[in-house]
Amino acid sequence: MHEAMVAENIIESILSQVPSKKGRVVRVVISCGQMNALNDEAMEFAFEAAAEGTICKGAKLKIKHIPLKAKCKTCGKKFDYDLYEPQCPRCGKSDFDIGEDAPLLLEEIEFEVH
Amino acid sequence: MRIKIEQKILAKNEDFASANRKYFKRNNILCINMISSPGSGKTTILEQTAKALKNKLNIAVIEGDLYTEYDADRIRKTGLQAVQIETKGACHLSAEQITKAFHKLDAEKLDVLVIENVGNLVCPSDFDLGELRRVVVLSTAEGDDKCAKYPGSFAQADVLLINKMDIAKHVDFKISKAKRDARKLNKQLKIFEISAKTTAGMDKWFNWLLKSCKELRK
Ligand SMILES: Nc1nc2c(ncn2[C@@H]2O[C@H](COP(=O)(O)OP(=O)(O)O)[C@@H](O)[C@H]2O)c(=O)[nH]1
Ligand SMILES: [Mg+2]
Ligand SMILES: [Zn+2]
Repeated sequence: MHEAMVAENIIESILSQVPSKKGRVVRVVISCGQMNALNDEAMEFAFEAAAEGTICKGAKLKIKHIPLKAKCKTCGKKFDYDLYEPQCPRCGKSDFDIGEDAPLLLEEIEFEVH
Repeated sequence: MRIKIEQKILAKNEDFASANRKYFKRNNILCINMISSPGSGKTTILEQTAKALKNKLNIAVIEGDLYTEYDADRIRKTGLQAVQIETKGACHLSAEQITKAFHKLDAEKLDVLVIENVGNLVCPSDFDLGELRRVVVLSTAEGDDKCAKYPGSFAQADVLLINKMDIAKHVDFKISKAKRDARKLNKQLKIFEISAKTTAGMDKWFNWLLKSCKELRK
């Protein structure tokens, strides 16, 4: 629901970082975690709308979903934590240390100078 | 040309949030971010909390709603200070709004600041307000499957208040299912079953508040 706000933040951040206005952004890569997961479709829609009228217009948006890392306290297995099926894939126990969830990150952009 | 940026998208919100958190810690103010769907009973819980604890704790409330001062007015009637934030359609509160609203309160001798977030189980959970504790409210009328369906809100909370227990049996709410799903997402979660209407079960919540304030002052 707040994808629109996230999109505006992305555009704002890009506009403050691109080296010159003499070109356009063709690709934008962002990443998110599991708790702050973005809905891809809503995000693409919001990004397109926010990019309108800026040098980001028409840029392709790539959204990476970073898994949440966990380590089983019983058998030591490291695995990607599934919010919906939180279970050790090796021993089946559900007592583990969970790592930190990835933040919403603007990773990189591809800029085309004309 | 590829340009690495590696910048947090919500960096501005996070800057405000960490400044808020620093302030609350330094001044021993237990700031609580209260999250739930609309109508789960947040304001009613706060009214009851005010009644029960206002002689023991100095509590203030920041109310977040899309429109109206209704909730702040309800809180003021109990004798507590309240500031209303109208988001004018935005689905969550931001840390900057909290910084601004907090300035309108008399913070002298404040023990607890409760922020009643905009009714919404999805968006507020992504926006750190600088709170020291997060409380999520689920009412029985919403159904016992909501913990599993909105994992972000439940996984990142310290306390889950299951409200409207007085009508649980009429709406086929299976408390064991809700609790099991919530615990799967969050092992440390404290769960209290309450009715803000009858106040049944609310003692545990009041004690948790008192205890958390005491811990903060240590
Ligand atoms: N039966 C019952 N109704 C409740 C309870 N708590 C709140 N309500 C009612 O639920 C409605 C919404 O409550 P409110 O506090 O405004 O919810 P909020 O939107 O989360 O702030 C009101 O009509 C309350 O009277 C409860 O424990 N039991
Ligand atoms: Mg309310
Ligand atoms: Zn294991």
